[in-house]
Amino acid sequence: MSHHIVEVKHLRHSYPDGTAALRDVSFRITHGESVAVIGANGAGKSTLLLHLNGYLAPSAGEIRIGDFPLNKGTLPEIRRTVGMVFQDPDDQLFMPTVYDDVAFGPINLGLSGAELDRCVTGALERVGAGHLVKKAPYHLSGGEKKRVAIATVLSMSPDILVMDEPTNGLDPQARRQLIALLQDFHHTKIFTSHDLDMVLELCERTIILDGGEVRADGPTREIFQDQALLSRCRLEKPLSMQGCPVCGSGSAGSPP
Amino acid sequence: MATIDGALLDFKRLDQLAAGDTAVHRLDPRAKVLATLAFIVSVVSFGKYELSALIPFFIFPAVLIGLGDLPAGYILRKIALICPFAFVVGMFNPVFDRGALVHLGPLAISGGWISCASIVTRAALTVSAAVILVAVTGFPAICRAMERLGMPAAFAVQLVFLYRYIFVLTEEGGRASRARELRSFGKKGRGMTSYASLLGHLLLRTWMRAERIHMAMLARGFTGTFARDAARFGAAELFFLTSWCALFVTLRLHNGAELLGSLVTGLFR
Repeated sequence: MSHHIVEVKHLRHSYPDGTAALRDVSFRITHGESVAVIGANGAGKSTLLLHLNGYLAPSAGEIRIGDFPLNKGTLPEIRRTVGMVFQDPDDQLFMPTVYDDVAFGPINLGLSGAELDRCVTGALERVGAGHLVKKAPYHLSGGEKKRVAIATVLSMSPDILVMDEPTNGLDPQARRQLIALLQDFHHTKIFTSHDLDMVLELCERTIILDGGEVRADGPTREIFQDQALLSRCRLEKPLSMQGCPVCGSGSAGSPP
Repeated sequence: MATIDGALLDFKRLDQLAAGDTAVHRLDPRAKVLATLAFIVSVVSFGKYELSALIPFFIFPAVLIGLGDLPAGYILRKIALICPFAFVVGMFNPVFDRGALVHLGPLAISGGWISCASIVTRAALTVSAAVILVAVTGFPAICRAMERLGMPAAFAVQLVFLYRYIFVLTEEGGRASRARELRSFGKKGRGMTSYASLLGHLLLRTWMRAERIHMAMLARGFTGTFARDAARFGAAELFFLTSWCALFVTLRLHNGAELLGSLVTGLFR
């Protein structure tokens, strides 16, 4: 199952205007891991994600997905392997109806007829959005859009799920449902997020990016205990690890 | 129907109507597009003083509303929204064109009034045909039909994307404009200059969004062409198209209202 491995070696990326967004990033994510990439605004999280399915090309360094190095020849295969869910579902849902949108990837992979139908319904059922199949994307609520956006990627049966800020802009209930949904997936998962409580629930491993470099890479709970590290990287403990602001009880380091 | 732009952009209902399942809905979109096109061409090809010959053309929207099971009131409201614009186009005709054309007893009606009424009638006819076409076909299906009829694929894709993102864009534009208004405290703000930069920002944001959408398409294996669904232009489509076209040609060449009138008066003579 070496398919599900993501390996990044000494990755560097500079934008055309000269900004160095990533300076020497290396990590290896193995099969079935659920990893959060966190960091302050502008730390390079999104730039890193865009490398993972080959939208941006590294200025230096190497990326391997499964057995393949990422290059022009392997790009189609890698784009199928790495399912990328973007932050704004409006960017992801560009077809006239939910059905067309979920079918977009599979059609490009050559599916048609009953097989395509099965694939689309299956993906929508998995995210609990089967009833939305005929709707237009602009008639959906935020939570529904997010679910359908995930279905558009699931329909291509990817091995690795990459999601940029999955809980962004969702109401508490929709966020809760999404977390439960993601917990059920057994793909290799990579998230970026500022929602550290979600990270605590979903990811056993966390990578902190700061100024385009990896500052920490280890078990999520350990990293979130390191107050000094967190504040150096413009982060803070997840709320669930802070003390209760009303009764003052809870873990150490509660706010005054 | 709070504002004019809000109502014009209220495609939601049209989309829901397009999801209907009547005999008209099931026809191949190409037949409906061509019939509507033939209708519009026949209507606009009349001379500028023609009014009575236009009236029989209302049979096309009326029949389609009936067959397509559309809510007539809703369609009428959509048309009523456009009529003021058509009236503005024709409103100076009565001023400049004062020669009497029709005498109703002592009342002389000038050519200007007739041509103005003709413009409004034509607008009502063509707009109703277009609205009904969307309501029984759906915008994306119309785009695909036009592509199959020979429109370059690039235009079809553009139109589909326009329809998808016009909602996102108007929302973004609306938010930006509201933010400007809230900080200008009922005064003019900085006038046109602030609008200029607002528009510039919208353009840049659209640009960036286009880039992100392209990313999302590539991520799902987009190769440059959209898949086409199966087409079926059968006997029903042929019948629909030829019979409507035959009617339009007849009504264009002979004044239907006069024919009917002389038939009725002939019966009672």
